[in-house]
Amino acid sequence: MHHHPFSLRGMLARPWISLVVVGLAAQASLAAEPSSGTTRPVQSLDEQVQEIKSDVLSIAAELGNLEEKLLYPSDTQLAVFVALAKDETVEIDSARISLDGKLVAHHIYSFKELEALAKGGVQRLHTANVSTGGHQLEVAIAGRRGGDKPFEVIERYDFRKDVGPRKVAVRLAGSATSGATVTIEDW
Amino acid sequence: MSARALARFLATAVTAIPLCAIAEEAPAPDPYFGEALFHAYQGEFFDALERLDAELAQHYGVDERPLDSLYPYVEDAEFSVGDFELEYRMHLRAGRAIRAVLEGDVDEEVRNDAAYRLARLYFEKSQPGTALSVLDSMRGEIPKAISDEVEFLRANVLMALDRPDDAARVLRRIQDDESLAGFSTYNLGIALLESGRTVDAARELDRAGRIGARDRDTKAIRDKANLVLGTLLFEGDQVERARSTLERVRLEGPFSNQALLRSGWAEAEIEQFERAVVPWSVLAQRDGTDPAVQEAKLALPYAYSRLAVHGRAAVLYQQAVESFEAELAKLDSSIGSIGRGEFLTALEREEIKQDKDWVVRLRRLPDAPETFYLVSLMASHDFQTALQNYLDLTDLRRTLVRAETSLDAFDDLIAQRHTYYEPRLPELDQNFRKLDAKTRLRLTQRDHLRRRLEQMLRDPSPELLATAEEHSQRMALHRMKALLANHPDDPRGEELLARIERLEGLLVWRLESEYHERLTGVNEDLLALEADVDALTARYDAFVRARQAATHSYVGYTDRIQGLRERVKLALAEIDALKSRQGERLEEVATAVLQARRDQLAAYQNQARFAFADSYDRAAKGPAR
Repeated sequence: MHHHPFSLRGMLARPWISLVVVGLAAQASLAAEPSSGTTRPVQSLDEQVQEIKSDVLSIAAELGNLEEKLLYPSDTQLAVFVALAKDETVEIDSARISLDGKLVAHHIYSFKELEALAKGGVQRLHTANVSTGGHQLEVAIAGRRGGDKPFEVIERYDFRKDVGPRKVAVRLAGSATSGATVTIEDW
Repeated sequence: MSARALARFLATAVTAIPLCAIAEEAPAPDPYFGEALFHAYQGEFFDALERLDAELAQHYGVDERPLDSLYPYVEDAEFSVGDFELEYRMHLRAGRAIRAVLEGDVDEEVRNDAAYRLARLYFEKSQPGTALSVLDSMRGEIPKAISDEVEFLRANVLMALDRPDDAARVLRRIQDDESLAGFSTYNLGIALLESGRTVDAARELDRAGRIGARDRDTKAIRDKANLVLGTLLFEGDQVERARSTLERVRLEGPFSNQALLRSGWAEAEIEQFERAVVPWSVLAQRDGTDPAVQEAKLALPYAYSRLAVHGRAAVLYQQAVESFEAELAKLDSSIGSIGRGEFLTALEREEIKQDKDWVVRLRRLPDAPETFYLVSLMASHDFQTALQNYLDLTDLRRTLVRAETSLDAFDDLIAQRHTYYEPRLPELDQNFRKLDAKTRLRLTQRDHLRRRLEQMLRDPSPELLATAEEHSQRMALHRMKALLANHPDDPRGEELLARIERLEGLLVWRLESEYHERLTGVNEDLLALEADVDALTARYDAFVRARQAATHSYVGYTDRIQGLRERVKLALAEIDALKSRQGERLEEVATAVLQARRDQLAAYQNQARFAFADSYDRAAKGPAR
């Protein structure tokens, strides 16, 4: 019996494409790709899928707009955003938001969310309706910093809600003494 | 762009194109742009696109754009939209978006950045000729951050155009770039190989195969360089070097199985079967679904038979037959399961997408034999495209079903608001109209007073500041004076007139002397009144807003909701149709791949059976070993 071991030519059939195994599945091998002679139908179907994606995005946008108008009209809207300072190694476990003494949001962070925050993403943690006039926001953030040292920081922010949407930023930065500092300000 | 992302980009249509530079360098200063990035960094590109589309639409809708917080970052946001669309596999829209930037009034650097992205897109969509002309259209300053990536892409495009010499020239220029370390050298080796310059190719592959690597992808490309070089040396009859090169491939890396298999064949080729047994023995114990492992199960007894250890060979051939039997059963089960539509059901399980190793998790799902060979399936580009589209359609369907639920909830909300407000508003409006009339009257009076006060400042009129008592006293004196005038013969007339005039003088004196004090007092009163009126006006305005908000909370939505509901319904029908076609396509490709594997395995099994019989005979006849 004889096995044809392998050939370089076969191996290099798609030298660039075969890099796929690096990114997609660590267990993948250099198995030769089965050839497919029916690429065209896939592409035309692919284009239709792209079109329906556009349609659904447009529906979602209109729905989002409708939702905002119905649930959070701009006159009374309050949105609270969370951001991490650049290059921070602070890891947030959870965030609690109280408005005028009432707990309105409690969020536990996933690893993916923490990564997204660390890269500069901004999380909209809470959207609410508040009346015009004076209010107090309290933000409590629990987490870990530098060798799993736990911390909890609580910060309060008095603000006056006027007519029109109000955007509040909660920024978290590292601190040598307390583990972390929270700054609350208008965005 | 990281080498890892670059590798993915080169690898497949399912690209991982990095988000724009600004987004990675600093938190976005616009919260909504930042929110879009927050979703994008988690791989939620639909949500990211929805947010950023909305934010850009709002930005372009404002009257004074420079005052909008997105203004300084709008180009980055536009680029990010293109990136998100690429990540979400919306190449048509991404292409249009990038072309729009190219055609817009932008500076050279931005234009070149856009051209690079467009070229990448064309390359990815298998249009290397167009990609090259876009790259050639770049003029002037190329952003430093992407200059090497541009050249790397150019080399890939040239390779795709079957111009390996030109590609090699380009790759030589970027050999010093650290971010491309390993990748550019490996590609240079391949370009040289394609040009027929085998010696030069071997030198470059050797460099790539010795590169210091920390991250997973650079280690993988180093392994791959060693694998290719080992194969090259083996074909060039340099078996010793081939062996040492293949030994550099990590035992736990993605190319380990292939390296072990080839190491064995390299030894076998020079009749070193004792040495061939070593890698093949290791390999034969690994995951039985891997083609290299399956080949090793056959190669190992072959080596023993060549060593005349026929008994051992017969046993191993028998084990191979049994192992292939089991694998064939799995394949048959997989093919059958696909035929019954169970493969598609397994793909829709939500839990498989919770982490990035979902492909691996999918393989471990119970009762899903069709997923044993998923890694083999993932090597097929058609399968990947079909799978991604299928999963995207599944997600889109969920999004639309959620939208339907939201629309139902909106309908309820609107109906409840209607029920609450409708009976109350007419009475409220009636009371409001009365209040409105009174308020307007008071405002008119206030305005009148203000005008008079302003007039007094210009033209002093003390009598206008007389108190009610003083006013009536003046009137009384006036009447007395008139009465006296009607009785000119009254003997006391003269005395009375003098008294009246004295009293009048007294009044005038008081009004004149107290004029400034009184004017200040009136002004203070007016200011206090103004404050009261302002408070009243604020409450009035708040009421008007609340009244308008009450109406806006339930009036005027019916048509919009109905329109949306119809769009959702149409889109759902279309998604169902597309999903069905895409599912069929997926099943076809999966079945074809598995059938090919099955055919291969069946051939192996036949070989193993015959070889088993042969070895058994030889073992029975010969001396025991």
